[in-house]
This record gives sequence, C-alpha cells and structure tokens, in this order.
Amino acid sequence: MKVRIKFAKQGAMKFIGHLDIMRYFQKAVKRAGLDAAYSEGFSPHMIMSFAAPLGVGITSEGEYFDLELKTPVSSKEAVERLNQVMVEGMEVLSVREVPEGKKGKAMSLVAAADYLVSFREGMEPGENWQEKIRTFMEQPEILILKKTKKNEKEVDIKPYIYEMEIRGESIFLKLAAGSVKNTKPELVMEAFFAFCGQEFQPLSLLIHRVEVYGDLGEEGERRLVSLEDLGEEIE
Amino acid sequence: MRKLALNDEILLNIEKPARYIGNEVNSVMKDKDQVDIRFAMCFPDVYEIGMSHLGIQILYDMFNQREDTWCERVYSPWPDLDKIMRGEKLPLFALESQDPIKDFDFLGITIQYEMCYTNILQVLDLSQIPLRAADRTEEHPFVMGGGPCSYNPEPLAPFFDMFYIGEGETVFNDLLDAYKDWKKAGKSRKEFLEMAAEIPGIYVPAFYDVEYHEDGTIKAFTPNNPHAKEKIEKQVVMDVTHTYYPRKPVVPFIKATQDRVVLEIQRGCIRGCRFCQAGMLYRPTRERDLKFLKDTARALMESTGHEEISLSSLSSSDYSQLPELIDYLIEECSARKVNISLPSLRIDAFSLDVMSKVQDIKKSSLTFAPEAGSQRLRDVINKGLTEEVILDGASKAFQGGWTRVKLYFMLGLPTETEEDMKGIAHLAEEIAKKYYEIPKDQRHGRCQIVVSTSFFVPKPFTPFQWAGMFRKEDYLDKAKVVKEEIRAQLNQKSIKYNYHEADVTVLEGILARGDRKVADVLEAAYKKGAVFDSWSEYFRYDLWMEAFEELGIDPEFYTLRERSLEEIFPWDFISIGVTKNFLKREWEKAMKGEITPNCRQQCSGCGAGAYKGGVCVEGKN
Repeated sequence: MKVRIKFAKQGAMKFIGHLDIMRYFQKAVKRAGLDAAYSEGFSPHMIMSFAAPLGVGITSEGEYFDLELKTPVSSKEAVERLNQVMVEGMEVLSVREVPEGKKGKAMSLVAAADYLVSFREGMEPGENWQEKIRTFMEQPEILILKKTKKNEKEVDIKPYIYEMEIRGESIFLKLAAGSVKNTKPELVMEAFFAFCGQEFQPLSLLIHRVEVYGDLGEEGERRLVSLEDLGEEIE
Repeated sequence: MRKLALNDEILLNIEKPARYIGNEVNSVMKDKDQVDIRFAMCFPDVYEIGMSHLGIQILYDMFNQREDTWCERVYSPWPDLDKIMRGEKLPLFALESQDPIKDFDFLGITIQYEMCYTNILQVLDLSQIPLRAADRTEEHPFVMGGGPCSYNPEPLAPFFDMFYIGEGETVFNDLLDAYKDWKKAGKSRKEFLEMAAEIPGIYVPAFYDVEYHEDGTIKAFTPNNPHAKEKIEKQVVMDVTHTYYPRKPVVPFIKATQDRVVLEIQRGCIRGCRFCQAGMLYRPTRERDLKFLKDTARALMESTGHEEISLSSLSSSDYSQLPELIDYLIEECSARKVNISLPSLRIDAFSLDVMSKVQDIKKSSLTFAPEAGSQRLRDVINKGLTEEVILDGASKAFQGGWTRVKLYFMLGLPTETEEDMKGIAHLAEEIAKKYYEIPKDQRHGRCQIVVSTSFFVPKPFTPFQWAGMFRKEDYLDKAKVVKEEIRAQLNQKSIKYNYHEADVTVLEGILARGDRKVADVLEAAYKKGAVFDSWSEYFRYDLWMEAFEELGIDPEFYTLRERSLEEIFPWDFISIGVTKNFLKREWEKAMKGEITPNCRQQCSGCGAGAYKGGVCVEGKN
C-alpha cells in the first residue's frame, strides 16, 4: 500500500535542511513501528519519496512524502503513531492512501505551491508596498535575470505567478512548482522589491509554504488539486 | 516554543545551524524552576563529533533521571559561529534551554584527546567564564573535567575547579548531593571544593602544590589543604550490567560521526598491548550480561529508529558470548532492516563468516592492526598478532571474495630499527602475494592494500610512559623509509601508503605527558589563535612553537627525554589500580622483547585485581 504523508515544519525546525528531514522521517517511521517496505540488498533503504524540497529557513504546513507500506494501517492510527514520535515543530497532518500510477507519484506530480510571505520588522519594501502589488501584477511581463552556469539571461516569470494578493499582513503567492517551471517565492519578491525601487535582502522575508498541488488539467488547462486530495482516507 | 539563543540572521548565515538549535529526538526538556542543579555537559569539539560520544549520553541520561537536576549539552561552536559570537559578545549557551552556560551550576567537560585542549579554553572563553579557576567567583559554574585525558590533568590543572578520575557512573550522585547541601548552606566556593575533595575520585588541583628539581622534573607533589587526599583513586563500576545505560539516546538531525545505535558490550581489554592507554586505564575487563545486551539493543533500535547498530569495545572478539550476541543481532536486525557494523574484530574464520553475512564483501574492506612491521617489535609492544595469523586471515578473506585490506602500523615505537620500518612494506607485500596466489579466473581484478602509519605517542599509565619521542623531521624520515621500501616491492601497485602528520604528533606528546608548566603555553597558544587543533585545516603548529619560545619552555623536555625509572611523573598522584611497579616490569620486559600473556591466559599481577571483579575473578566464583 502506498501512502502520502502530509506534515508541517515550524519553529526551529526550519533550520533543518531537506536531506536531514528525509533522514529524520526514515528514523521516525521506524520509531512509529510502521511496517515500511525496503529495497533489497545489504543496506536496504526505506522506499520513500519527497515532493518539492523546502529551502532552509522556510516554514510549512504543506509538506509531503510518499511511503510504501507492507502492512495496511488506518489513517487515524498512522497519524497518531507518527505524532507520538515527532519533535516540537514537526506535526503529521494526514496519512492517505494514493493509487498506483500518476496520482501516486508525489515527486513528478508537483505543479504549483502556495506561500505566505511577510516581512521582518523594518525590512518592508518601502511604504505603501501593499498598494503596489496590483500594479506589479499588471505589468505585461516581469523580467528577472536568471544565472546559469555559463551566463545570465532574462526570463519573464509572470506566467509562473498564478496569484499574488494581500492576505492580512502577508502576501499570498500561488506559484508554479515542479521540475520545469519551478519558481521560488524569493525570486518573485526580489522582482517586487526592484519594482518598489528597494534593495532586496533575502533575510527580509519570512516565508511560509501553505500547500503543494498537482495538476490534473488536460491540454494546457490548469486544474490544481492539493497532493493530499489526490489520496483517500484509510478506514 | 523555545526562544533560540541565536537569531535567524546568524543561523541562516552559518554552516549547519542544526548544530545549535537542540530539539533533537530524545533530548530532555525540564522546567528550570523545578530543578536545583543545572549541569552543562560539554564535548569540546564540533557537534557531529561530540554527539557521537557514548560517555556523554550515559551521563546525560543518568543525571536527567534525577528530578532535581537538568543536564543539558554544549559543544564547540564551529569557527564561523565562533567569530560571530566574539564579535557580538554573545555568551555560549546550552542546546536544550538555550540559556547561557555561565548561569549554570556545573560545566562538565569530557576530555577525550589532547588535541582538544584549546577548544576547552574556547568553550570557557565563549561562555564568558574566567579561563583560570583562581579567577572564578560564586557567580560562576564549577568547571570539572573527566575522561581519559584527565588521568594526566596537569597541563589543564589551572583551568579546572576539579577533575573526576574514573568512570562517571560511580560517585557523581554523591557530588551532586553534596552540591545541593552546599548551595542550601550558602557557603563559599572554596568550601564546596573542600567537600568535593573528600569524595573518592575527585581531584581539586588548587589543593596541591608542585615543587620542581633544577632539571625541570618534579621534586614533590603535596596537598596544601587538609581535605585533599594524598592519592586519588580511579572510580570503577564493577557491575557493568546493573548500572546506567541510556535506553533513549539523543538522535541528531544532522549526520553525526556515529549515526547509529552504539552498544557497549564490555569495558577494558585483556590484551595488555604496551602502547595502549585504554588497555591499562580501564582494567579490569568487565563484560556486560548477554541478556542485558539483547534487551538494550532492542530498546535502542525502537527508541531511536537508527538504521545501523554498532558494537563498541576495545576488542570485541574477546567478548566471551560474542557468537550468541551476533546470532541474535543478525536475526533481530534483519527483521527491522537495521545494518550491523562490527569494528575491532580479529580476522579469523568466525569473524569472516559473520562479516560475509552482514556486509557486502565487494564494498567492504578488512582491517588488521599489526601495529609494528616485524615480529621482534610486535613482541616489544606485546601485540599478540603473528605474521602467520595475519597471512592466514588475509588468505581466507581473499578466498572469501574480499579484495581490500587495511593495515594499521605505528612508527617511532621504542627500540625500532630501520629493519622494523621496512618490515611494514614486506608484510604488505606478503599479503599481496597471498592474493595473487589465487588463480586468475577465481579472483576479482587487483587487490588493494592500504597501509596507514601513525606516529607513536607515549601515554601516561602505560609501560611506555618512560619512552622518548623524536623530532618532527625524524618522524618524516621514518615515513620515508616505509614509503621507499613499499615502492621497491614487486606488488607495489597494489599497495597504497598514508601517514599521519608529524607536527600534531609532537604536540600530542607534549600535552599527554606535560606538567602544570605546559598550562601557560596552552593558554598563550590559545590567545594567539590556536583552536580546533585536531582539524588539520585549523592546526597551527607555528603558534604553539611561538608560545613555547616566548615563555622560555623547552618542548623537547617533554618529548625527547627517556625518563629514568625514579622520576616522579605529574600523574603519579593518581592510582588506576594497575601499579607503577607492574608498568616498570612491563617496560623492562619490552626492552628484552619478552611478551606477557593476556589476562585470560595467566594473571600478570598488574594490580587491578584489587577491584575484585571482572576478568580477575572469572571462573573463581
């Protein structure tokens, strides 16, 4: 049985990098006593795959990994058992069964992600930045300099910003994600700071990921469904 | 949620912020208002090294079982953070509470190797605690040291309020109880040290005076306080089964050096190699009960979720119930998908069979530690490993499919001649020959033999504590002899040679057998910028030599001299059970190339029998 595990990563845990989070969950699954499937050979490893690695310094309530289980377990029990072995700042939000095939491949499915971005005190992009978001998004294109190994080239990222709006004190972003069109919130904010005529410092941002989506649309039409909703509760 | 001691700006700009945030699985949180004693336990090196140390995990668990005590951890900040903390005057903090160390009751520092001494000063300095015990007041924590290097605490004497000589499981509770009484009574700092000095195994350096002869050797070492003991007795746990062992060790987020369950199967070693300090310090050999080990192994795998388990001891092959333990682990670990790692096994038919079950032969290598290149020199050091046994083991391993062999040797051992050095190359060649004796169609390409040599450093409480060392250039010449001789062998293309750095060896030698005068040099070198000396990218030999020069202290007094049998050593006030007379006998036998049987073959009357336990009473109950 293949299950998709959704988790939150908050507080001090934002300083733990992606590879270490993978190691953390390998151990956590063992501590929780879930009967995971392993690869063959002398050093067997747990069959698990993570969707959309999160950068160090970013918190999230929408992280995912898929795990192959040999013995079925109910969603409720799996969530409870995992949460009993979590540390402060890590919480398992749901465990759902995903079908084999396209919907069951968290990694390759990722198409978009939601973020909430706020600013550290005194590090906002000038005064009245709230009012500039609309005009920022009304530009015909949003060009940024993308550095590759060999040279720099200008790229229009506007097609990858699906939504950008004020939500309370924060900016809500729905951005393209995945292996091809991946757009980091830092990149969008850098362009926004430039638009506001302000110097950009990565440290000024407090970024929180809210959700990660797959795209079930066909022929260029976008139909985003959260990775969680691609799975079903196990009774 | 806890407030971290370091802000986001710092944590996002340094390497591996996970070193400093605590919060790991099984780390212990308590309410600081509900405890009487706050103890900071320190390993003075980077987090990944410190977290791999079993001793701290044992004491951390033992202290935290006390409701009145909260034990937390602290490690050396890496140079990137060190610089920021100095710049911003941020005090060093404990991982759990993130509170400054300077507000704790105790700072306990485990001293595992000489090259971490400058890091001890770094930890004190960053904690904003005066480096010297004499400058501390009632506001400061008591700084105490323990671990193998505290068996010659003298180069560190002025920096510590006290040392704990021996195994931590024994009198720590008495010390903590005494501390509570003292705190309630509101007495002076000195009065607590006097109470501590009465506890067996506790050494308070300020309560002793040292007088020197004109030649720099010690004339007298005498207590200057009525509470101080003449001799400090090593503390030993005689029942290593019914004692403390953490069932829920802390599991780091980042990969530590030991990223695995560590199961200590026994303490001590029966072998009596004459260069080996651990082999003497931890006498008598004491085995943990098999049932206890099985049960503990299972509990540890469950509580940590580690993917690997490793047995820990000085010589695992000597554990009397090893086959039963390994059978159990193979079964249990295969069900749990946990790998087994088996270091320090003697290569024989049994261990080859076990290793073929738990490792991928194609990817693993076999390790032999002949330590010396000739049988004569192996007899001098009492390493009971013969060429015949090595070649037979290698031969069996090659037939079993292994192609890689690692060989460990020491250069600069007492009585060593050029023939002994060349013997290293010859032994490697003989092993290579064994491989190429196998018909071509049955072997897997070329074999790879990696020869590594370190330079021997004489340590206190060993039969070689009287031995002289060499200059840096002499060590390098010795390595050159080996290198050239290897190049002259027929199968030289299958033999790779590595050797250890010589300047670190010289300094390690000075610190290992140093006296109180070395403390000034240590402080001066630290103030010049020496820190992380065990990391070759940070080691600055020149700073140390400048410090010796400026203080007018001759480093060669500590290294080159072969000591006379009458000399009073800086560590002579400590009793480890093994007597100085036994060590003298062993030193004299070494000079004659005579071997001494191991503890199970025949008792040699080393003195550890006084503890009336372990191997000394085996078969006598």
